[in-house]
Amino acid sequence: MTYLSAIWDDLNLSARIGLGIVLFFTTCGIFAPWLAPYSESQIVGDVWEPLFGEFFFGTDQIGRDLLSRLIFGARNTMALAIVSTAVSFTAGAVLGFIAATMSGRVDQVLSRIVDVCISIPTLIASLIVLSAVGTATQTLILVIGIIYALPVFRIARAVAMDIEVMDYVEAARLRGEGLWWLMRKEILPNALTPLAAEFGVRFCFVFLLIASLSFLGLGLQPPLADWGAMVRGNADGIAWGFLHPIMPAACIALLTIGINLLIDRWVHKASGLRDDQ
Amino acid sequence: MLAQRLSLGLVTLFVISLIIFLGVSLLPGDAAQAMLGQSATPETVAALRLQMGLDQPGYLRYFSWLGGILQGDFGISISNQRQIGELLGGRFANTLFLAVMAAIISVPIALTLGILAALYRNSVYDRLVNVITLSSISTPEFFVAYILILVFAVNLGWFPSLANVSPDTPFFARIYACILPATTLTLVVVAHMMRMTRAAIISLLASPYIEMAALKGIPKWQIIVRHALPNAWAPIINVIVINLAYLIVGVVIVEVVFVYPGLGQLLVDSVQRRDLPVVQACSLIFAATYVLLNLIADILSILTNPRLLHPK
Repeated sequence: MTYLSAIWDDLNLSARIGLGIVLFFTTCGIFAPWLAPYSESQIVGDVWEPLFGEFFFGTDQIGRDLLSRLIFGARNTMALAIVSTAVSFTAGAVLGFIAATMSGRVDQVLSRIVDVCISIPTLIASLIVLSAVGTATQTLILVIGIIYALPVFRIARAVAMDIEVMDYVEAARLRGEGLWWLMRKEILPNALTPLAAEFGVRFCFVFLLIASLSFLGLGLQPPLADWGAMVRGNADGIAWGFLHPIMPAACIALLTIGINLLIDRWVHKASGLRDDQ
Repeated sequence: MLAQRLSLGLVTLFVISLIIFLGVSLLPGDAAQAMLGQSATPETVAALRLQMGLDQPGYLRYFSWLGGILQGDFGISISNQRQIGELLGGRFANTLFLAVMAAIISVPIALTLGILAALYRNSVYDRLVNVITLSSISTPEFFVAYILILVFAVNLGWFPSLANVSPDTPFFARIYACILPATTLTLVVVAHMMRMTRAAIISLLASPYIEMAALKGIPKWQIIVRHALPNAWAPIINVIVINLAYLIVGVVIVEVVFVYPGLGQLLVDSVQRRDLPVVQACSLIFAATYVLLNLIADILSILTNPRLLHPK
Protein backbone atom coordinates (compact mmCIF):
# COMPACT_ATOMS: atom_id res chain seq x y z
CA MET A 1 0.00 0.00 0.00
CA THR A 2 2.85 2.40 0.78
CA TYR A 3 4.24 1.57 -2.64
CA LEU A 4 0.95 2.54 -4.28
CA SER A 5 0.70 5.78 -2.32
CA ALA A 6 4.30 6.60 -3.26
CA ILE A 7 3.35 6.27 -6.93
CA TRP A 8 0.27 8.41 -6.33
CA ASP A 9 2.34 11.15 -4.70
CA ASP A 10 4.72 11.12 -7.66
CA LEU A 11 1.92 11.87 -10.14
CA ASN A 12 1.03 15.44 -10.99
CA LEU A 13 -2.55 16.64 -11.39
CA SER A 14 -2.91 15.84 -15.10
CA ALA A 15 -1.45 12.36 -14.58
CA ARG A 16 -3.96 11.73 -11.77
CA ILE A 17 -6.82 12.77 -14.03
CA GLY A 18 -5.42 10.43 -16.68
CA LEU A 19 -5.19 7.57 -14.20
CA GLY A 20 -8.81 8.15 -13.17
CA ILE A 21 -10.01 8.02 -16.78
CA VAL A 22 -8.05 4.86 -17.54
CA LEU A 23 -9.28 3.10 -14.37
CA PHE A 24 -12.86 4.10 -15.15
CA PHE A 25 -12.82 2.59 -18.65
CA THR A 26 -10.91 -0.49 -17.48
CA THR A 27 -13.53 -1.15 -14.80
CA CYS A 28 -16.29 -0.71 -17.37
CA GLY A 29 -14.52 -3.17 -19.66
CA ILE A 30 -13.82 -5.84 -17.04
CA PHE A 31 -17.25 -5.78 -15.41
CA ALA A 32 -19.21 -5.09 -18.61
CA PRO A 33 -21.78 -7.92 -18.27
CA TRP A 34 -22.68 -6.80 -14.73
CA LEU A 35 -22.64 -3.05 -15.37
CA ALA A 36 -24.54 -2.96 -18.64
CA PRO A 37 -28.34 -2.81 -18.27
CA TYR A 38 -28.91 -4.80 -21.49
CA SER A 39 -26.87 -7.14 -23.70
CA GLU A 40 -24.84 -5.69 -26.58
CA SER A 41 -26.98 -7.16 -29.37
CA GLN A 42 -30.46 -6.98 -27.82
CA ILE A 43 -32.94 -4.64 -29.54
CA VAL A 44 -34.76 -2.90 -26.71
CA GLY A 45 -36.50 0.14 -28.15
CA ASP A 46 -37.14 2.37 -31.11
CA VAL A 47 -34.48 3.77 -33.44
CA TRP A 48 -32.45 6.65 -31.92
CA GLU A 49 -34.45 7.17 -28.76
CA PRO A 50 -33.39 10.45 -27.13
CA LEU A 51 -30.64 10.73 -24.53
CA PHE A 52 -31.50 10.71 -20.82
CA GLY A 53 -35.02 9.42 -21.49
CA GLU A 54 -36.10 5.83 -20.85
CA PHE A 55 -32.58 4.75 -21.83
CA PHE A 56 -29.72 6.72 -20.27
CA PHE A 57 -27.82 7.37 -23.50
CA GLY A 58 -30.76 6.56 -25.81
CA THR A 59 -30.70 3.81 -28.41
CA ASP A 60 -28.64 3.33 -31.57
CA GLN A 61 -29.56 3.12 -35.27
CA ILE A 62 -31.42 -0.18 -34.90
CA GLY A 63 -32.75 0.32 -31.38
CA ARG A 64 -30.05 -1.24 -29.17
CA ASP A 65 -29.28 0.40 -25.82
CA LEU A 66 -26.39 2.80 -26.45
CA LEU A 67 -25.08 2.80 -22.86
CA SER A 68 -24.81 -1.01 -22.85
CA ARG A 69 -23.05 -0.96 -26.18
CA LEU A 70 -20.63 1.70 -24.98
CA ILE A 71 -19.77 -0.44 -21.95
CA PHE A 72 -19.33 -3.59 -24.02
CA GLY A 73 -17.45 -1.50 -26.59
CA ALA A 74 -14.94 -0.56 -23.88
CA ARG A 75 -14.35 -4.26 -23.30
CA ASN A 76 -14.09 -5.30 -26.99
CA THR A 77 -12.10 -2.34 -28.32
CA MET A 78 -9.65 -2.22 -25.42
CA ALA A 79 -9.11 -5.98 -25.43
CA LEU A 80 -8.41 -5.90 -29.16
CA ALA A 81 -5.94 -3.03 -28.73
CA ILE A 82 -4.17 -4.65 -25.76
CA VAL A 83 -3.75 -8.00 -27.52
CA SER A 84 -2.52 -6.30 -30.73
CA THR A 85 -0.04 -4.16 -28.80
CA ALA A 86 1.18 -7.25 -26.94
CA VAL A 87 1.72 -9.05 -30.25
CA SER A 88 3.65 -6.09 -31.64
CA PHE A 89 5.82 -5.85 -28.51
CA THR A 90 6.59 -9.55 -28.45
CA ALA A 91 7.54 -9.65 -32.12
CA GLY A 92 9.31 -6.29 -32.13
CA ALA A 93 11.26 -6.86 -28.92
CA VAL A 94 12.41 -10.38 -29.83
CA LEU A 95 13.62 -9.24 -33.27
CA GLY A 96 15.15 -6.06 -31.86
CA PHE A 97 17.06 -8.01 -29.21
CA ILE A 98 18.21 -10.53 -31.80
CA ALA A 99 19.47 -7.71 -34.03
CA ALA A 100 21.32 -6.08 -31.14
CA THR A 101 22.85 -9.26 -29.72
CA MET A 102 23.86 -10.92 -32.96
CA SER A 103 24.82 -7.60 -34.66
CA GLY A 104 26.75 -7.80 -37.95
CA ARG A 105 24.88 -9.03 -40.98
CA VAL A 106 21.69 -10.07 -39.17
CA ASP A 107 21.37 -6.59 -37.70
CA GLN A 108 22.04 -4.96 -41.08
CA VAL A 109 19.42 -7.02 -42.91
CA LEU A 110 16.71 -6.65 -40.24
CA SER A 111 17.29 -2.92 -39.85
CA ARG A 112 17.21 -2.20 -43.58
CA ILE A 113 13.95 -4.16 -43.98
CA VAL A 114 12.38 -2.23 -41.12
CA ASP A 115 13.68 1.11 -42.49
CA VAL A 116 11.87 0.54 -45.75
CA CYS A 117 8.66 -0.94 -44.35
CA ILE A 118 8.26 1.77 -41.74
CA SER A 119 8.00 4.38 -44.49
CA ILE A 120 4.55 3.08 -45.48
CA PRO A 121 1.87 4.93 -43.51
CA THR A 122 0.19 2.54 -41.04
CA LEU A 123 -3.40 3.16 -42.12
CA ILE A 124 -2.54 2.55 -45.78
CA ALA A 125 -0.50 -0.56 -44.92
CA SER A 126 -3.33 -2.06 -42.89
CA LEU A 127 -5.88 -1.25 -45.61
CA ILE A 128 -3.72 -3.02 -48.20
CA VAL A 129 -3.28 -6.17 -46.15
CA LEU A 130 -6.81 -6.33 -44.73
CA SER A 131 -8.30 -5.97 -48.21
CA ALA A 132 -6.41 -9.10 -49.20
CA VAL A 133 -6.74 -11.30 -46.12
CA GLY A 134 -10.16 -10.26 -44.82
CA THR A 135 -11.09 -8.95 -41.39
CA ALA A 136 -11.46 -11.92 -39.07
CA THR A 137 -10.51 -10.89 -35.52
CA GLN A 138 -7.36 -13.05 -35.49
CA THR A 139 -6.07 -11.61 -38.77
CA LEU A 140 -6.85 -8.10 -37.55
CA ILE A 141 -4.74 -8.65 -34.43
CA LEU A 142 -1.93 -10.22 -36.41
CA VAL A 143 -1.85 -7.51 -39.08
CA ILE A 144 -1.88 -4.61 -36.60
CA GLY A 145 0.63 -6.43 -34.40
CA ILE A 146 3.06 -6.87 -37.28
CA ILE A 147 2.67 -3.29 -38.54
CA TYR A 148 3.41 -1.86 -35.09
CA ALA A 149 6.22 -4.35 -34.47
CA LEU A 150 8.35 -2.19 -36.78
CA PRO A 151 8.69 0.90 -34.54
CA VAL A 152 8.98 -1.40 -31.49
CA PHE A 153 11.85 -3.19 -33.23
CA ARG A 154 13.73 0.11 -33.57
CA ILE A 155 13.25 1.07 -29.93
CA ALA A 156 14.03 -2.41 -28.61
CA ARG A 157 17.16 -2.55 -30.75
CA ALA A 158 18.35 0.85 -29.56
CA VAL A 159 17.71 -0.04 -25.91
CA ALA A 160 19.37 -3.44 -26.25
CA MET A 161 22.40 -1.94 -28.00
CA ASP A 162 23.10 0.15 -24.89
CA ILE A 163 22.79 -2.86 -22.61
CA GLU A 164 24.69 -5.20 -24.89
CA VAL A 165 28.00 -3.36 -24.37
CA MET A 166 27.81 -3.74 -20.56
CA ASP A 167 30.44 -5.83 -18.81
CA TYR A 168 27.97 -8.31 -17.37
CA VAL A 169 26.71 -9.16 -20.86
CA GLU A 170 30.29 -9.63 -21.97
CA ALA A 171 30.87 -11.88 -18.95
CA ALA A 172 27.83 -13.97 -19.83
CA ARG A 173 29.08 -14.25 -23.41
CA LEU A 174 32.51 -15.44 -22.21
CA ARG A 175 30.78 -17.92 -19.94
CA GLY A 176 29.42 -19.40 -23.13
CA GLU A 177 25.74 -18.55 -22.65
CA GLY A 178 23.58 -18.88 -25.76
CA LEU A 179 21.64 -16.17 -27.59
CA TRP A 180 18.36 -17.02 -25.89
CA TRP A 181 19.91 -16.76 -22.39
CA LEU A 182 21.56 -13.43 -23.22
CA MET A 183 18.27 -12.00 -24.44
CA ARG A 184 16.11 -13.34 -21.64
CA LYS A 185 18.36 -13.16 -18.56
CA GLU A 186 20.72 -10.29 -19.33
CA ILE A 187 19.02 -7.85 -21.68
CA LEU A 188 15.28 -8.21 -21.02
CA PRO A 189 15.28 -7.36 -17.28
CA ASN A 190 17.18 -4.12 -17.95
CA ALA A 191 15.18 -3.18 -21.03
CA LEU A 192 11.85 -3.66 -19.29
CA THR A 193 11.41 -0.16 -17.85
CA PRO A 194 12.01 1.86 -21.05
CA LEU A 195 9.91 -0.63 -23.01
CA ALA A 196 7.05 -0.36 -20.51
CA ALA A 197 6.86 3.41 -21.01
CA GLU A 198 6.85 2.78 -24.74
CA PHE A 199 3.97 0.30 -24.34
CA GLY A 200 1.65 3.10 -23.26
CA VAL A 201 2.57 5.29 -26.22
CA ARG A 202 2.17 2.45 -28.71
CA PHE A 203 -1.11 1.36 -27.13
CA CYS A 204 -2.53 4.80 -27.96
CA PHE A 205 -1.42 4.55 -31.58
CA VAL A 206 -2.77 1.01 -31.91
CA PHE A 207 -6.02 2.03 -30.25
CA LEU A 208 -6.49 4.96 -32.65
CA LEU A 209 -5.62 2.80 -35.66
CA ILE A 210 -8.18 0.19 -34.59
CA ALA A 211 -10.76 2.93 -34.07
CA SER A 212 -10.06 4.29 -37.56
CA LEU A 213 -10.21 0.84 -39.14
CA SER A 214 -13.46 -0.08 -37.45
CA PHE A 215 -14.83 3.33 -38.38
CA LEU A 216 -14.03 2.40 -41.98
CA GLY A 217 -15.91 -0.89 -41.53
CA LEU A 218 -12.84 -3.12 -41.22
CA GLY A 219 -12.76 -3.75 -37.48
CA LEU A 220 -14.73 -6.16 -35.31
CA GLN A 221 -17.73 -7.50 -37.14
CA PRO A 222 -21.31 -6.82 -35.93
CA PRO A 223 -23.17 -7.46 -33.68
CA LEU A 224 -20.06 -7.08 -31.45
CA ALA A 225 -20.02 -3.57 -30.01
CA ASP A 226 -16.99 -1.57 -31.14
CA TRP A 227 -16.60 2.17 -30.60
CA GLY A 228 -15.29 3.01 -34.06
CA ALA A 229 -17.98 1.01 -35.84
CA MET A 230 -20.64 2.56 -33.58
CA VAL A 231 -19.62 6.05 -34.73
CA ARG A 232 -20.06 5.00 -38.35
CA GLY A 233 -23.30 3.15 -37.68
CA ASN A 234 -24.92 6.11 -35.95
CA ALA A 235 -23.38 8.69 -38.30
CA ASP A 236 -26.62 9.34 -40.23
CA GLY A 237 -28.22 10.59 -37.01
CA ILE A 238 -25.97 13.65 -37.07
CA ALA A 239 -28.13 15.19 -39.80
CA TRP A 240 -30.95 15.53 -37.22
CA GLY A 241 -28.55 16.90 -34.63
CA PHE A 242 -28.50 13.67 -32.58
CA LEU A 243 -25.55 13.23 -30.23
CA HIS A 244 -25.51 9.43 -30.69
CA PRO A 245 -22.51 9.20 -33.05
CA ILE A 246 -20.56 11.65 -30.88
CA MET A 247 -20.81 9.45 -27.76
CA PRO A 248 -18.58 6.54 -28.87
CA ALA A 249 -16.20 8.97 -30.60
CA ALA A 250 -15.95 10.90 -27.33
CA CYS A 251 -15.14 7.65 -25.48
CA ILE A 252 -12.28 6.96 -27.90
CA ALA A 253 -10.96 10.49 -27.50
CA LEU A 254 -11.34 10.48 -23.71
CA LEU A 255 -9.54 7.17 -23.23
CA THR A 256 -6.58 8.12 -25.45
CA ILE A 257 -6.32 11.53 -23.80
CA GLY A 258 -6.38 9.79 -20.40
CA ILE A 259 -3.57 7.42 -21.35
CA ASN A 260 -1.53 10.26 -22.82
CA LEU A 261 -1.94 12.40 -19.71
CA LEU A 262 -0.94 9.46 -17.55
CA ILE A 263 2.21 8.57 -19.46
CA ASP A 264 3.25 12.06 -20.60
CA ARG A 265 5.47 12.72 -17.57
CA TRP A 266 6.77 9.19 -17.48
CA VAL A 267 7.81 9.23 -21.14
CA HIS A 268 9.38 12.60 -20.58
CA LYS A 269 11.46 11.26 -17.72
CA ALA A 270 12.36 8.01 -19.48
CA SER A 271 13.48 9.75 -22.67
CA GLY A 272 15.77 12.03 -20.68
CA LEU A 273 14.54 15.04 -22.64
CA ARG A 274 15.45 18.26 -20.93
CA ASP A 275 13.19 20.45 -22.91
CA ASP A 276 12.00 22.72 -20.12
CA GLN A 277 14.68 24.24 -18.00
CA MET B 1 24.94 12.51 -48.65
CA LEU B 2 22.38 13.86 -51.08
CA ALA B 3 22.94 11.14 -53.66
CA GLN B 4 22.78 8.53 -50.93
CA ARG B 5 19.45 9.82 -49.64
CA LEU B 6 18.01 10.06 -53.16
CA SER B 7 18.98 6.49 -54.02
CA LEU B 8 17.57 5.27 -50.71
CA GLY B 9 14.31 7.00 -51.62
CA LEU B 10 14.18 5.29 -55.00
CA VAL B 11 14.91 1.89 -53.44
CA THR B 12 12.17 2.53 -50.87
CA LEU B 13 9.65 3.35 -53.62
CA PHE B 14 10.60 0.18 -55.48
CA VAL B 15 10.30 -1.98 -52.36
CA ILE B 16 6.95 -0.39 -51.50
CA SER B 17 5.59 -1.26 -54.94
CA LEU B 18 6.82 -4.80 -54.31
CA ILE B 19 5.18 -4.96 -50.87
CA ILE B 20 1.88 -3.61 -52.18
CA PHE B 21 1.93 -6.13 -54.99
CA LEU B 22 2.88 -9.04 -52.73
CA GLY B 23 0.49 -7.95 -49.98
CA VAL B 24 -2.44 -8.03 -52.32
CA SER B 25 -1.60 -10.75 -54.81
CA LEU B 26 0.34 -13.51 -53.18
CA LEU B 27 -1.33 -13.79 -49.80
CA PRO B 28 -3.16 -16.99 -48.78
CA GLY B 29 -5.83 -18.15 -51.17
CA ASP B 30 -6.53 -16.69 -54.51
CA ALA B 31 -7.58 -13.12 -55.20
CA ALA B 32 -10.23 -14.22 -57.70
CA GLN B 33 -11.76 -16.69 -55.23
CA ALA B 34 -11.62 -14.14 -52.43
CA MET B 35 -13.38 -11.51 -54.52
CA LEU B 36 -16.17 -13.76 -55.72
CA GLY B 37 -16.73 -15.46 -52.37
CA GLN B 38 -17.23 -19.12 -51.51
CA SER B 39 -20.46 -19.50 -53.47
CA ALA B 40 -18.90 -18.76 -56.88
CA THR B 41 -18.89 -21.53 -59.46
CA PRO B 42 -15.48 -22.85 -60.55
CA GLU B 43 -16.12 -21.53 -64.09
CA THR B 44 -16.59 -17.89 -63.00
CA VAL B 45 -13.52 -18.10 -60.77
CA ALA B 46 -11.48 -19.48 -63.66
CA ALA B 47 -12.77 -16.72 -65.97
CA LEU B 48 -11.84 -14.01 -63.46
CA ARG B 49 -8.44 -15.60 -62.90
CA LEU B 50 -7.83 -15.40 -66.63
CA GLN B 51 -9.02 -11.78 -66.77
CA MET B 52 -6.73 -10.80 -63.89
CA GLY B 53 -3.85 -12.71 -65.43
CA LEU B 54 -3.57 -14.92 -62.35
CA ASP B 55 -2.58 -17.89 -64.52
CA GLN B 56 0.82 -16.27 -65.09
CA PRO B 57 3.68 -16.62 -62.59
CA GLY B 58 3.98 -13.93 -59.90
CA TYR B 59 7.14 -12.17 -61.05
CA LEU B 60 5.76 -11.72 -64.59
CA ARG B 61 2.57 -10.18 -63.19
CA TYR B 62 4.60 -7.86 -60.99
CA PHE B 63 6.74 -6.52 -63.82
CA SER B 64 3.82 -6.08 -66.20
CA TRP B 65 1.91 -4.27 -63.40
CA LEU B 66 4.84 -2.01 -62.56
CA GLY B 67 5.63 -1.40 -66.23
CA GLY B 68 2.01 -0.45 -66.86
CA ILE B 69 1.98 2.01 -63.94
CA LEU B 70 5.18 3.68 -65.11
CA GLN B 71 3.38 4.31 -68.41
CA GLY B 72 0.26 5.57 -66.66
CA ASP B 73 -1.75 2.36 -67.13
CA PHE B 74 -3.09 1.23 -63.76
CA GLY B 75 -5.14 -1.66 -65.12
CA ILE B 76 -8.88 -2.25 -65.03
CA SER B 77 -11.19 -2.06 -62.05
CA ILE B 78 -12.81 -5.39 -61.20
CA SER B 79 -16.08 -3.96 -59.88
CA ASN B 80 -17.02 -1.63 -62.73
CA GLN B 81 -14.64 -2.64 -65.55
CA ARG B 82 -13.40 0.91 -66.09
CA GLN B 83 -9.82 2.05 -66.60
CA ILE B 84 -8.40 2.78 -63.13
CA GLY B 85 -6.47 5.74 -64.54
CA GLU B 86 -9.78 7.47 -65.37
CA LEU B 87 -11.10 6.85 -61.84
CA LEU B 88 -7.96 8.22 -60.23
CA GLY B 89 -7.33 11.43 -62.18
CA GLY B 90 -10.07 13.75 -60.89
CA ARG B 91 -10.08 12.19 -57.44
CA PHE B 92 -6.37 12.69 -56.89
CA ALA B 93 -6.80 16.36 -57.84
CA ASN B 94 -9.65 16.65 -55.30
CA THR B 95 -7.54 15.09 -52.54
CA LEU B 96 -4.63 17.40 -53.33
CA PHE B 97 -6.98 20.40 -53.32
CA LEU B 98 -8.22 19.51 -49.84
CA ALA B 99 -4.74 18.79 -48.48
CA VAL B 100 -3.27 21.99 -49.92
CA MET B 101 -6.15 24.04 -48.55
CA ALA B 102 -5.63 22.53 -45.09
CA ALA B 103 -1.88 23.17 -45.36
CA ILE B 104 -2.37 26.83 -46.31
CA ILE B 105 -4.54 27.33 -43.22
CA SER B 106 -2.54 25.24 -40.78
CA VAL B 107 1.12 26.07 -41.50
CA PRO B 108 1.05 29.79 -40.51
CA ILE B 109 -1.10 29.08 -37.43
CA ALA B 110 1.14 26.25 -36.26
CA LEU B 111 4.36 28.19 -36.77
CA THR B 112 3.08 31.26 -34.92
CA LEU B 113 1.71 29.23 -32.01
CA GLY B 114 4.85 27.08 -31.84
CA ILE B 115 7.23 30.04 -31.76
CA LEU B 116 5.08 31.78 -29.13
CA ALA B 117 5.02 28.63 -26.98
CA ALA B 118 8.81 28.37 -27.24
CA LEU B 119 9.25 32.04 -26.35
CA TYR B 120 6.97 31.95 -23.34
CA ARG B 121 7.79 28.42 -22.28
CA ASN B 122 6.62 27.25 -18.86
CA SER B 123 4.11 30.10 -18.78
CA VAL B 124 0.39 29.51 -18.33
CA TYR B 125 -0.04 29.93 -22.09
CA ASP B 126 2.56 27.25 -22.79
CA ARG B 127 1.01 24.77 -20.35
CA LEU B 128 -2.48 25.40 -21.69
CA VAL B 129 -1.25 24.88 -25.24
CA ASN B 130 0.55 21.72 -24.14
CA VAL B 131 -2.61 20.15 -22.69
CA ILE B 132 -4.77 21.23 -25.64
CA THR B 133 -2.36 19.91 -28.27
CA LEU B 134 -1.80 16.68 -26.37
CA SER B 135 -5.57 16.16 -26.33
CA SER B 136 -5.99 17.00 -29.96
CA ILE B 137 -3.18 14.63 -31.00
CA SER B 138 -4.91 11.79 -29.18
CA THR B 139 -8.29 12.52 -30.73
CA PRO B 140 -9.44 10.57 -33.77
CA GLU B 141 -10.14 12.69 -36.87
CA PHE B 142 -13.77 11.61 -37.04
CA PHE B 143 -14.50 12.91 -33.53
CA VAL B 144 -13.35 16.41 -34.52
CA ALA B 145 -15.21 16.09 -37.82
CA TYR B 146 -18.57 15.13 -36.28
CA ILE B 147 -18.33 17.84 -33.63
CA LEU B 148 -17.72 20.40 -36.39
CA ILE B 149 -20.63 19.02 -38.42
CA LEU B 150 -22.92 19.11 -35.41
CA VAL B 151 -22.06 22.69 -34.51
CA PHE B 152 -21.47 24.43 -37.83
CA ALA B 153 -23.60 22.40 -40.25
CA VAL B 154 -26.57 21.13 -38.23
CA ASN B 155 -27.04 23.68 -35.45
CA LEU B 156 -25.76 26.89 -37.04
CA GLY B 157 -26.29 25.89 -40.66
CA TRP B 158 -23.31 27.92 -41.89
CA PHE B 159 -21.57 25.24 -43.93
CA PRO B 160 -22.70 22.08 -45.76
CA SER B 161 -22.18 18.82 -43.83
CA LEU B 162 -21.36 16.89 -47.00
CA ALA B 163 -18.57 18.11 -49.24
CA ASN B 164 -20.20 17.52 -52.62
CA VAL B 165 -17.97 18.66 -55.44
CA SER B 166 -18.01 17.70 -59.10
CA PRO B 167 -15.48 18.51 -61.85
CA ASP B 168 -17.47 21.59 -62.92
CA THR B 169 -17.88 23.10 -59.43
CA PRO B 170 -16.55 26.67 -59.54
CA PHE B 171 -13.46 27.47 -57.47
CA PHE B 172 -15.09 29.44 -54.65
CA ALA B 173 -18.00 27.01 -54.30
CA ARG B 174 -15.38 24.30 -53.98
CA ILE B 175 -13.61 26.18 -51.20
CA TYR B 176 -16.94 26.73 -49.44
CA ALA B 177 -17.75 23.00 -49.64
CA CYS B 178 -14.31 22.11 -48.31
CA ILE B 179 -14.28 24.44 -45.31
CA LEU B 180 -15.35 21.87 -42.71
CA PRO B 181 -13.11 19.03 -43.99
CA ALA B 182 -10.16 21.42 -44.25
CA THR B 183 -10.80 22.73 -40.73
CA THR B 184 -10.88 19.18 -39.38
CA LEU B 185 -7.54 18.41 -40.98
CA THR B 186 -6.14 21.71 -39.74
CA LEU B 187 -7.16 21.04 -36.15
CA VAL B 188 -5.59 17.59 -36.24
CA VAL B 189 -2.34 18.63 -37.87
CA VAL B 190 -1.73 22.00 -36.15
CA ALA B 191 -1.14 20.30 -32.80
CA HIS B 192 1.57 18.06 -34.22
CA MET B 193 3.22 20.81 -36.19
CA MET B 194 3.31 23.34 -33.37
CA ARG B 195 4.69 20.85 -30.84
CA MET B 196 7.48 20.01 -33.26
CA THR B 197 8.14 23.71 -33.98
CA ARG B 198 8.29 24.41 -30.26
CA ALA B 199 10.71 21.54 -29.67
CA ALA B 200 12.92 22.62 -32.60
CA ILE B 201 13.19 26.19 -31.33
CA ILE B 202 13.70 25.22 -27.69
CA SER B 203 16.52 22.82 -28.50
CA LEU B 204 18.10 25.68 -30.43
CA LEU B 205 17.65 28.17 -27.59
CA ALA B 206 19.71 25.89 -25.36
CA SER B 207 22.82 26.32 -27.54
CA PRO B 208 25.79 28.41 -26.27
CA TYR B 209 25.68 31.15 -28.93
CA ILE B 210 22.11 32.04 -27.95
CA GLU B 211 23.14 32.20 -24.31
CA MET B 212 26.01 34.47 -25.38
CA ALA B 213 23.56 36.77 -27.18
CA ALA B 214 21.31 36.84 -24.12
CA LEU B 215 24.28 37.66 -21.88
CA LYS B 216 25.23 40.52 -24.18
CA GLY B 217 21.82 41.97 -23.34
CA ILE B 218 20.15 41.76 -26.74
CA PRO B 219 16.33 42.03 -26.55
CA LYS B 220 14.43 38.75 -26.60
CA TRP B 221 12.68 39.21 -29.94
CA GLN B 222 15.97 40.11 -31.59
CA ILE B 223 17.59 36.91 -30.30
CA ILE B 224 14.77 34.91 -31.84
CA VAL B 225 14.61 36.72 -35.18
CA ARG B 226 18.32 37.41 -35.81
CA HIS B 227 20.05 34.53 -34.06
CA ALA B 228 17.71 31.61 -33.60
CA LEU B 229 15.47 31.70 -36.67
CA PRO B 230 18.17 31.38 -39.38
CA ASN B 231 19.27 28.11 -37.80
CA ALA B 232 15.73 27.02 -37.06
CA TRP B 233 14.54 27.10 -40.67
CA ALA B 234 15.86 23.63 -41.45
CA PRO B 235 13.99 21.85 -38.64
CA ILE B 236 10.89 23.97 -39.27
CA ILE B 237 10.82 23.17 -43.00
CA ASN B 238 11.25 19.55 -41.99
CA VAL B 239 8.28 19.79 -39.64
CA ILE B 240 6.09 21.34 -42.34
CA VAL B 241 6.87 18.75 -44.99
CA ILE B 242 6.46 15.82 -42.60
CA ASN B 243 3.06 17.16 -41.66
CA LEU B 244 2.07 17.57 -45.29
CA ALA B 245 2.83 13.87 -45.63
CA TYR B 246 0.65 13.26 -42.60
CA LEU B 247 -2.14 15.36 -44.15
CA ILE B 248 -2.15 13.23 -47.30
CA VAL B 249 -2.84 10.15 -45.20
CA GLY B 250 -5.13 11.79 -42.63
CA VAL B 251 -7.30 12.80 -45.54
CA VAL B 252 -8.62 9.22 -45.87
CA ILE B 253 -10.85 9.35 -42.78
CA VAL B 254 -11.92 12.94 -43.38
CA GLU B 255 -12.99 12.16 -46.94
CA VAL B 256 -15.11 9.27 -45.70
CA VAL B 257 -16.83 11.41 -43.05
CA PHE B 258 -17.67 14.22 -45.48
CA VAL B 259 -18.33 11.90 -48.45
CA TYR B 260 -15.76 13.91 -50.40
CA PRO B 261 -14.98 12.38 -53.82
CA GLY B 262 -11.24 11.96 -53.27
CA LEU B 263 -8.69 9.20 -53.47
CA GLY B 264 -9.16 8.13 -49.84
CA GLN B 265 -12.86 7.54 -50.32
CA LEU B 266 -12.09 5.46 -53.43
CA LEU B 267 -9.50 3.45 -51.50
CA VAL B 268 -11.90 2.63 -48.66
CA ASP B 269 -14.74 1.76 -51.04
CA SER B 270 -12.45 -0.52 -53.03
CA VAL B 271 -11.20 -2.26 -49.88
CA GLN B 272 -14.79 -2.99 -48.91
CA ARG B 273 -15.61 -4.24 -52.43
CA ARG B 274 -12.27 -6.12 -52.52
CA ASP B 275 -11.51 -4.48 -55.84
CA LEU B 276 -7.83 -5.34 -55.53
CA PRO B 277 -6.39 -3.57 -58.62
CA VAL B 278 -7.92 -0.26 -57.44
CA VAL B 279 -6.66 -0.87 -53.88
CA GLN B 280 -3.17 -1.43 -55.27
CA ALA B 281 -3.27 1.72 -57.38
CA CYS B 282 -4.65 3.96 -54.62
CA SER B 283 -2.34 2.70 -51.91
CA LEU B 284 0.64 2.99 -54.25
CA ILE B 285 -0.20 6.65 -54.87
CA PHE B 286 -0.71 7.34 -51.15
CA ALA B 287 2.46 5.54 -50.10
CA ALA B 288 4.51 7.12 -52.89
CA THR B 289 3.30 10.64 -52.03
CA TYR B 290 4.13 10.00 -48.38
CA VAL B 291 7.59 8.65 -49.15
CA LEU B 292 8.32 11.46 -51.63
CA LEU B 293 7.33 14.16 -49.13
CA ASN B 294 9.53 12.58 -46.46
CA LEU B 295 12.33 12.39 -49.02
CA ILE B 296 11.86 16.09 -49.80
CA ALA B 297 11.97 16.88 -46.08
CA ASP B 298 15.30 15.08 -45.72
CA ILE B 299 16.75 16.65 -48.86
CA LEU B 300 15.72 20.15 -47.75
CA SER B 301 17.28 19.65 -44.35
CA ILE B 302 20.50 18.49 -46.00
CA LEU B 303 20.46 21.46 -48.40
CA THR B 304 19.83 24.02 -45.66
CA ASN B 305 22.56 22.61 -43.43
CA PRO B 306 26.12 23.25 -44.70
CA ARG B 307 27.50 20.71 -42.22
CA LEU B 308 25.47 17.94 -43.85
CA LEU B 309 26.06 19.24 -47.38
CA HIS B 310 29.85 19.09 -47.05
CA PRO B 311 30.61 16.11 -44.81
CA LYS B 312 34.21 15.63 -43.77
